[in-house]
Amino acid sequence: MPEIRSPGDGANREPPRVGVYVCHCGTNIAGTVDVKAVTEYAAKLPGVVVSRDYKYMCSDPGQALIQQDISEHNVNRVVVASCSPLLHEPTFRRVLSRAGINSFFLQMVNIREHVSWVHLDKQAATEKTKDLVRAAVRRVSLHKPLQKRRVPINPNVLVVGGGIAGIHAALTLADAGKQVYLVEREPTIGGHMAKFDKTFPTLDCAACILTPKMTSVGSHPHITLWTYSEIVKVEGYVGNYKVQVKRKPRYIHEDLCIGCQECITACVYKEGKTPDQFNLGLSKRKPVYLPFPQAVPQKVVIDPETCIQFKSGKCKKTCVEACGERQAIDFTQTEKFEEIEVGTIILATGFKTFDASRHPYYGYGRYPNVYTSLEVERLINAAGPTGGEVVLRDGTRPKSVGIIHCVGSRDANTNRWCSKVCCMYSLKLAHLIKERTGAEVYNFYIDMRTPGKGYEEFYDRLLDEGVHFVRGRVAEVSDWAVHPSEEGKLVIRAEDTLAAFVRRIPVDMVVLSVGLEPQADVQEVRRLFNISCSTEGWFLERHPKLAPVSTFTEGVYIAGACQGPKDIPDSVAQAGAAAAEALALIDAQFVELEPYTAFISEEECSGCKSCIPLCPYQAISFVEDKKKAAINEVLCKGCGTCVAACPSGSIQQNFFEDDEIFEEIEGVLAYA
Amino acid sequence: MRNRELTRPEKSQATFEPRIVAFFCNWCTYLAADLAGTSRMKYSPNVRVIRVMCSGRVDPQFVLDAFAHGADGVFIGGCHPGDCHYQEGNYKTLRRFHLLKRVLQQMGIEDERCRLEWISAAEADRVRSTINDMVEKVRALGPLDLIPTEDKVSAEEVAV
Amino acid sequence: MKYTYYPGCSLRGTGRAYEESLLAVFRALDIELEELEDWNCCGATTYLSVDELTSYALAARNLALAEREHRDVIAPCAACYLVLNKTQRYMHDYPDIKLVVTRALAAIGLTCEDHVRVRHPLDILLHEVGLKTIAEKVKIPLKGLKVAPYYGCQIVRPYATFDDQHNPTSMDRLLEACGAKIVYYPLKTRCCGGSQKGTLPEIGLDLIHYLLSEAQKNGAEVIATVCPLCQFNLECFQKEAGNHPPISMPVLYFTQLMALALGASAKTIGLQRSLVSIAPVLAKKEIAYA
Repeated sequence: MPEIRSPGDGANREPPRVGVYVCHCGTNIAGTVDVKAVTEYAAKLPGVVVSRDYKYMCSDPGQALIQQDISEHNVNRVVVASCSPLLHEPTFRRVLSRAGINSFFLQMVNIREHVSWVHLDKQAATEKTKDLVRAAVRRVSLHKPLQKRRVPINPNVLVVGGGIAGIHAALTLADAGKQVYLVEREPTIGGHMAKFDKTFPTLDCAACILTPKMTSVGSHPHITLWTYSEIVKVEGYVGNYKVQVKRKPRYIHEDLCIGCQECITACVYKEGKTPDQFNLGLSKRKPVYLPFPQAVPQKVVIDPETCIQFKSGKCKKTCVEACGERQAIDFTQTEKFEEIEVGTIILATGFKTFDASRHPYYGYGRYPNVYTSLEVERLINAAGPTGGEVVLRDGTRPKSVGIIHCVGSRDANTNRWCSKVCCMYSLKLAHLIKERTGAEVYNFYIDMRTPGKGYEEFYDRLLDEGVHFVRGRVAEVSDWAVHPSEEGKLVIRAEDTLAAFVRRIPVDMVVLSVGLEPQADVQEVRRLFNISCSTEGWFLERHPKLAPVSTFTEGVYIAGACQGPKDIPDSVAQAGAAAAEALALIDAQFVELEPYTAFISEEECSGCKSCIPLCPYQAISFVEDKKKAAINEVLCKGCGTCVAACPSGSIQQNFFEDDEIFEEIEGVLAYA
Repeated sequence: MRNRELTRPEKSQATFEPRIVAFFCNWCTYLAADLAGTSRMKYSPNVRVIRVMCSGRVDPQFVLDAFAHGADGVFIGGCHPGDCHYQEGNYKTLRRFHLLKRVLQQMGIEDERCRLEWISAAEADRVRSTINDMVEKVRALGPLDLIPTEDKVSAEEVAV
Repeated sequence: MKYTYYPGCSLRGTGRAYEESLLAVFRALDIELEELEDWNCCGATTYLSVDELTSYALAARNLALAEREHRDVIAPCAACYLVLNKTQRYMHDYPDIKLVVTRALAAIGLTCEDHVRVRHPLDILLHEVGLKTIAEKVKIPLKGLKVAPYYGCQIVRPYATFDDQHNPTSMDRLLEACGAKIVYYPLKTRCCGGSQKGTLPEIGLDLIHYLLSEAQKNGAEVIATVCPLCQFNLECFQKEAGNHPPISMPVLYFTQLMALALGASAKTIGLQRSLVSIAPVLAKKEIAYA
C-alpha cells in the first residue's frame, strides 16, 4: 500500500498560489448569490492569484478553465465554490490530478445546498458566501499532499434477502463467476412474488417465471444459499467485510433431506392445526411442513412451538420412522453461526404490507369477508388454500366484490406515500376475480396511477371488460343494511366524486388494497450495515437520481422495495444495477479509500494511552519499547475521535488537521 | 496551543446579526443540510458550516476558538445515538460536550450559545428548525462579549 | 373515591333522569361526588358554532374552578365532556388560544394550568370501580334484557382514550355485568342528528329512523344512551321517524339501567319521566324492580 502522505511533494514548500472558482450553476446559485461580487472579493484575498466565475464549473469548459490556470498561472491551490462536496469533489480532484498537482490541494465551498437554495436575502447570502470562500482560501493554503489508500476487494458477495430482487442480484453475480452468499430469513426464498398467481400487466404466471430462477439459485455452483438465517454482525469496510450469519435450527439436516415430504404425511397430526403463514392464515399446516410446493430449498422445517416432541418429549415420532434410514430429522439441532468474508453487500430485504386493521372504518378483522389484497392473491393462486377458487369464508362464490384502493397509502393518518403498485395489482385482481367468479367488481380509487409499459392499456382493457370504477375515497364498510337489497351484505359507502353523490354499494366481498411499508426491523438492519433510512423507513440511496442503488457506506448496495415501493420489473432492474455496481468494484480489484486516517507524531506523544480505548476499530496500539501509541493505518477509518482527545496534540488527521480546521473556523469569523 | 491576534470588531445590539459556527458530521447532519438545500427549505443565513467526518472529531478547542474569534454561538450536529458511522464517535462527543458545557458556564457563556443536536441524514427539517431556533435565541441574548474592551491583556489567555 | 361533579345544563333540564340515576349508581357504589361550585355553561353547541373563543373561555372557567379542588372531574353529558376536553387540548396545542383564554380568566382572578382530568362516568365505572365490584353489588339482575348500546358521536371521538374510538365496548361490558344482553348494534357511534331535528328536520329524522330500525331489527328491547341529546332525539321523535309501523322503544340512560340493577327504586331514577315506558318490557322479563 502506498504512503498516504507524500512528504517529498515539492508543491508543499512553494508559497500557496490560490485559484478561486465561483460557479453560477445556471441561476441556481447566481439567482441568490452575487457571484460577481464574491469573485471580486476573493481576488483580493491574500494568496489568491486568480479568481473567476463561470456558468457551470463542472462542465468541460469549466474544468478546462481550472486546468489552464494551473499550468499558465502556476496555481497550486484550488477553491471551488459550487455545490455540495459530496456531489462534485471527485470531479474537481480529477481536474487537479490531470493538471499535475496533488488532488488534495482542493477545497470545495458548498454555496448551493448550504447557501443559495436555503436563503432568500441576496445580500446575506452573498456575505455568507464571502465568509465561506475566505475560510476555504485560508484553509487550502495549509493543505498537504495526500494519496488515496488502495485496498484489495474480496470478490465474494453477500446478498441479503431472497425475494425477486435478491434472487436476480445473486444469479447475475454468480453467472459472472463470483461466489455469492444468499441469506434469507424465511425457510424458503421467493419472497412476496412467490405468493402471487399472476403478474401485471401481462398476466403471466408468477410461479412460471419465478420458479426457474429459484431453482437456479438452489443449484448454482457459485451460490451458497442459507435460508432460515439472519445476519447478526457486520465488521470491516468496503472490499473486506466480515459477516456473521445466524442459522436458525430447522431440525432437519438440509444435506440429508430430499424433500420427499413423507414425514409430513406421517406426522401424528392428521390435519394441520397451525395457521399457515405462507397462506396468511387462510389454511392450516402441521408442525412439520414445507412452506409451499415450489419452495427452495426443498427441505422441510419443524416448528418447535407446535411439535409434540418439543412440547412434551412424548411423541411417537412417526416422522422419524417415515424418514427411515435417511435420518434427516434431528430434534437436537441448535442454532449455528457462520463467519464469511465478502467484499460487497447487496441488501434486498423487501417490504411488509400495511396492517389493514389500523384502518378501523374498513372493518378488517371485524367482518370475515373483508380481505387484504395479499390474502386474495393466495385465494386466486392455484396452489393456495382454496386451490385457486375465489370463495368467501363460508365457501360460496361472491356475486359482487368491492376493491378499495389506497388502504394505508396517500393517507395523512397512516402513510402519506403512494405505494405505487396497488392500482395495478388491484386491476389485476379485478380481472382475475371477474374471470373466475363472474362477479360484479367495483374499484374505488382516488386516482388511477398506471404509468408503465402496457399499464394504461391494461386499465383500458378492464374498462372494456365491464369492471366498475368509482372515483372516491371509501368512507366505510359496514354490515348495516338500509335497504332490503343490502341485507346480509357488506355495504361500501363512498362519495362518487365524478357523479357528485354518495353511493352505497352492497357487495359480498371486500378487498383492501393494502400499501407497502418498510420492514418492521428496518432500524436494526440499517444499523447492522451502517446505512441510513428516510424518515419513512426506506433505505436511503446515495443519490435519488444518480446513485439510486448505492448507499453512503461504500460497498453496500440496495435493491428492490427496501428502498421504496416498487413493482417486479423495477425491483429486477435495480437488482441488476446493484449487481453491476458490485461487479464493477470487484473487477477493479482494488478500491481507493479517502486518506483521512489519523497519524501520530512520535516526538510529541507522551504515551498517556488516552486515545487507545476511544478507537472502536482497535487501530491504536501501545508500543511498549518506545512507550508511544501507534496507529494502524489499515484499520483506521478516519473518524478523528482520537485526534480530538489527544491531550498533547500529537495525533493528527489527514485533511482534517487541527491547523486546517482552526484556519477554517477563524476564516469564517474574520471580519474582512 | 494557538496564540493568535484577536480581531473583534465592536458589536452593537441594534445591528446585531448572530454569527454561528456549525460543525456537521459528514454522514448525517451535513447530508441533512444538503437535503434541506435540495428541498429548498428556507432558514436564517447566520450559520457557517464546517464539515468534519464525525462529530467525535470536534475538539472542545474548536468551540473555544470559535467563541474567541467572534462566534456568538456554536452548533454541533452528529448522528443519533446508536447511528454513528464510526460506531460510537457521537458518544465521545456527548461526553466531551458535557464537560465543555461546564467550562463554558464558568466562562460566563450562556447555555443557549452552544448546542449539540442529533440530526439524521433524513431530518432536513430539523436542520432548518434548529438553526432558526438557535439564531433567535442567540439574537435575544445579544452579542457574546467575551473580552471587556478595557481588558485587552487577557485576550491571549482567552484564546487558549 | 371522591370526584368533582360537573352536571352541565342538560342534567338539570331534559336530562334530569340522567342526573338522578347517575347519583343513584354512584351512591350504590360508595363514590362521593361533590358538585363544582359556581359552575357555568360548558360552552357547547350554541357558543361553539357562533363564537369559538368565548366557548373555550367558558369551558376554561369551569376547568379553572375545578383545578382548585385537585380532583378529577366527572362530566356525564357527552357535549360537556367533549368541550371540556377539547378546550384543554386546544389550550395545550395552540399558544394563541391559550393566551386569549388566560387573559380572560385573569380578568376574573382565575388561572387554568391544565392539570385537571375531565372524565366520563363510563371510564370511572369501568376502570376505577371495575366490573367485578359492580357485578357483586347487583341486586336485581337484568335477566338478559336485550339492550342496544348507543354511544353517539361525542364520547369516544376524538379525545377519549378510555375506549376504542371506532368500536367502543365500555357500556356493553358495564351493562353485561348487570345481567343485560347486548345486541349487535353496528350504529353505536353514528350521529343521532344532533340539533338538526330543529334545523333540517328531514335529515335529522332520517338518522333517527335508521337508529331505531336497526335496534329493532337486531332484537333490542331498549336502547341505552350516554348523552341527553341522543336520548331526547331517539325518544321524542319515534312517531315522526318514518318507521312503518312506528317503532315504540324505550330509550334510557345507561345509568338508569345500572341503577335499576343496583336496587334503586324506579321513582328515584326518573323512570317515570320516560315517554316510552320500560315497565311492560320489565314485566315481560319478570324483572321485579324496586
